[in-house]
Amino acid sequence: MGAEFVQFSLTPILIGIFASIACALPGNFLILRRQALIGDAISHVVLPGIVVAFLVTGVVSTWPMLIGAAVAALVAVALIEAVRRLGRIEPGAAMGVVFTSLFAGGVLLLEQSDTSNVHLDVEHALMGNLEQLIWLRADGWGSLLDPVALADLPPELPRMAVAALIIAVLMLVFWRPLKLASFDEGFARALGLPVRLIGLGLVTAAAVAAVAAFDAVGSIIVIAMFICPPAAARMMTNHLGVQVAWSVVFAILSAVLGYVLAGYGPIWLGASNSVSAAGMIATVAGLILGLACLFGPARHRVGVAAGG
Amino acid sequence: MSGFWQALFFQAGYNATLVAVGAALLGFAAGAGGSFLFLRKRALVSDAVAHATLPGVGLAFIVMVSLGGDGRSLVGLLAGSALTAWVGLLALEWMVRRTRLSEDAAIGAILSVFFGVGVVLLTVIQGMSRGRQAGLEDFLLGSTAGMLRQDALLIAGGGALVVFTIWLLRRPMTLVSFDTAFAAARGVDVRRVDLAMMGIVLAVTVIGLKLVGLILIVALLIIPPVTARFWSDRAEHVVWIAGVLGALAGWIGAAISASAPSLPTGPIIVLVATGAFAVSLLFSPRRGVAAAVIARNAFQERVHRRQGLLAMARREPIHDRLTLKILRSEGLLRPDGVATEEGRAAAAKIARDERRWSVARRLHKDTALTGRYDGLTPIEDVFTADEIAWIDTHVVTKGAA
Repeated sequence: MGAEFVQFSLTPILIGIFASIACALPGNFLILRRQALIGDAISHVVLPGIVVAFLVTGVVSTWPMLIGAAVAALVAVALIEAVRRLGRIEPGAAMGVVFTSLFAGGVLLLEQSDTSNVHLDVEHALMGNLEQLIWLRADGWGSLLDPVALADLPPELPRMAVAALIIAVLMLVFWRPLKLASFDEGFARALGLPVRLIGLGLVTAAAVAAVAAFDAVGSIIVIAMFICPPAAARMMTNHLGVQVAWSVVFAILSAVLGYVLAGYGPIWLGASNSVSAAGMIATVAGLILGLACLFGPARHRVGVAAGG
Repeated sequence: MSGFWQALFFQAGYNATLVAVGAALLGFAAGAGGSFLFLRKRALVSDAVAHATLPGVGLAFIVMVSLGGDGRSLVGLLAGSALTAWVGLLALEWMVRRTRLSEDAAIGAILSVFFGVGVVLLTVIQGMSRGRQAGLEDFLLGSTAGMLRQDALLIAGGGALVVFTIWLLRRPMTLVSFDTAFAAARGVDVRRVDLAMMGIVLAVTVIGLKLVGLILIVALLIIPPVTARFWSDRAEHVVWIAGVLGALAGWIGAAISASAPSLPTGPIIVLVATGAFAVSLLFSPRRGVAAAVIARNAFQERVHRRQGLLAMARREPIHDRLTLKILRSEGLLRPDGVATEEGRAAAAKIARDERRWSVARRLHKDTALTGRYDGLTPIEDVFTADEIAWIDTHVVTKGAA
C-alpha cells in the first residue's frame, strides 16, 4: 500500500467510485419510474455520438466526444419519444428500435471512416480503459499534497468527480419534486408540479452521468451502475432516502472490490495477467444484487408473503 | 451497383451466397419469433438474452481448450452461449417472480452483469497462450468474413427449425400474448408457453451470433415485428409479415454488404430493417403518420365547413381564415364575403340539420342513437326517413308556437 498503489491503483479506483456514484444516484429514480432501460439505450447511442464527433472535428479529443455523446443521447431520447407517440408503440419496443438502429449506424460510420490510426473502437466504448488511467507522477501518499504531481492527475478524475458532485447536488435540491413525481405522478401533477419537465431533467442527468462515465469506464459499468446498486438497495429498505444511501454504499463497494479483484485476483490465483476491471466491477455489482435478492429484508413485493 | 445486383441474385460467389441465404433464414426466424415477444410487450427481454450469451462463448472456449481442442468450433461456442443465455433467462424470471423488482430493472441487471462476466472471461482468454487469435470479439458485432459452409448450414438448419417450432406453437403463443388471464383460464400453461417463447428467442440469438453479433441481434427480433404491426391488426398476419420483412432485410442487407468493402453485414441488415420501419411509420395506410395527418386535416376541414355554414345561416360574420378559405374554395362564399346561392342553400340545410338534432336529443328515447351527435354527422346518417319526419313535426310545432 505504498507508492505503487498510489501510482497505479488509487486514481482508477477513485474514478471508478465517482463514476459508479454518478450513475447509481439517478438510477434510483429511474428504477422507481420503470425507466431503468433508458440507461441501456443511452449507453448504446454513445458510440454513434463519438463517431460523428470524430468525423466532424477530425480529432479524438475529450470535449468534442463528450458533446457528441451528449447530443446523441438527447437525440435518442427524443427519437424514442417520437416513435412511441407517432407509431403508438409500447416504450420498450420503441427503445429497442431506436437504440439498435443508432448503434448500427455508429458501427457502420466507424467502418466507413478511416479510424485505423486513432484509438476509437467499439470495444473501447464498451469496456473503457480504467486500468490505463494511472498517475505516473505520484511517488507516494505525499503526492496528494504536491501541486506539481496533482497537476498531472488523469483529467478523467476531476471530470468524473465534478459530474458526480453536480448530480448529487441536483438530486438534493430537487429531492421533494423528484420523490413525488417518481412515486405518484398523478398526485404530483395535481399539486401543480411540472411532471414532464422533472422526467426530462432526470433523463438528462442520467445522460450526463453516462456520457461523463463511458469514456473512463465504458458502457458496461454505466449500465450496471444505473441498475444494480439501486436495485440491490431497494431490497434493503422501504425508505427512499435510506435506499439512495444504500445504493451509494453498494456502488462504492462494487467499484473498489471489482477493481481490486480484477487487478490482484488473478495474481492471487497464480495467473500472470489481470482481467478487465470494468467487467469485474459489473460482476461484483451483480453479486451484490444477487445477495440482496436472496437475503434483503425488503426483497418481496408489499402484500406478498415471504416465500410467495 | 452491379455488385449489389449480383449479390442479390446469388451471383457474387460462394461465400456471399452462403451469407445471403443464412441471413434471410435468420431474418425470417427472428422476425416471426420476435413478434410474440413484441405482442406480449416484453421486447427488451431479448436484449438480456443476447448479452447473456457472451460469458457462455468465453466459457465454452476455455473448456474446449482445456480439453485439448483449439476452442474455435462454432457448435461448441454456440452451445456454451445457449447455456448461459438460458441461465440468464431463468435468473431474470426468478427476479421478476420472487422480488419486488420490475421486469425492466431485472432485464438491465441481467444484461449488464452477464456482459460484465463475459468481458472478464474475454480478458482471461486473451491472457491464455491459445487465446490471442480466438477472435471471440467477433461475436459482439458478427463477422461474415471466412464463414464456412458448415456455419451457414448451421444457421440455415437452425433457422428452419425455429420457424417450424413457431408454426407448431403459434396458437398457444398467440393466446398468451394477447390475453394472459384468458389463456390461463382456458387451461394453457402460461409459464411454459412463456418459456417456449423465450426458448425461440434464445435459439434465434444463438444462431445469429456469428452473423450479426449479440449487440445487434436484438434489432432483428424487435424491428420487423414493430414494422409488421403497422400493416395488420391480426396477430397471425403480424407474425408472418414480420418474418418476411426480416428475411428481406437479411437478404438485401447481406447483398449490400457483399457489394463493397467496409460495409459490415450486421449493421447493414439492421439499417435495412430500420429503413422499412421508417417507411411504415410514415406511410402505412392505417397507422402511419401521413395517414394520421391526412385524417386530421380532413376532420378539421369538416369542422370548419360546418361551423362556417352555421355562422352563415345565423348571418354572423366569419373571421377565421381557414373557414373562409374552405368555404370560398367550395364556391359557397364569394371572395368579398357574401354567400353564394349554393352557400345559402348549404347553410340552410346545415341549420335545419342542427335544429332537427336538438329536437331529437330532447325527445328521442334511444340515447345510443342521439349519443351519436357530434356536431358533424348529418342526421340522415343516424335516423330513418320516417323518424326524421316525426322529428320535423316537432320542429314545425315549436316554430309555430
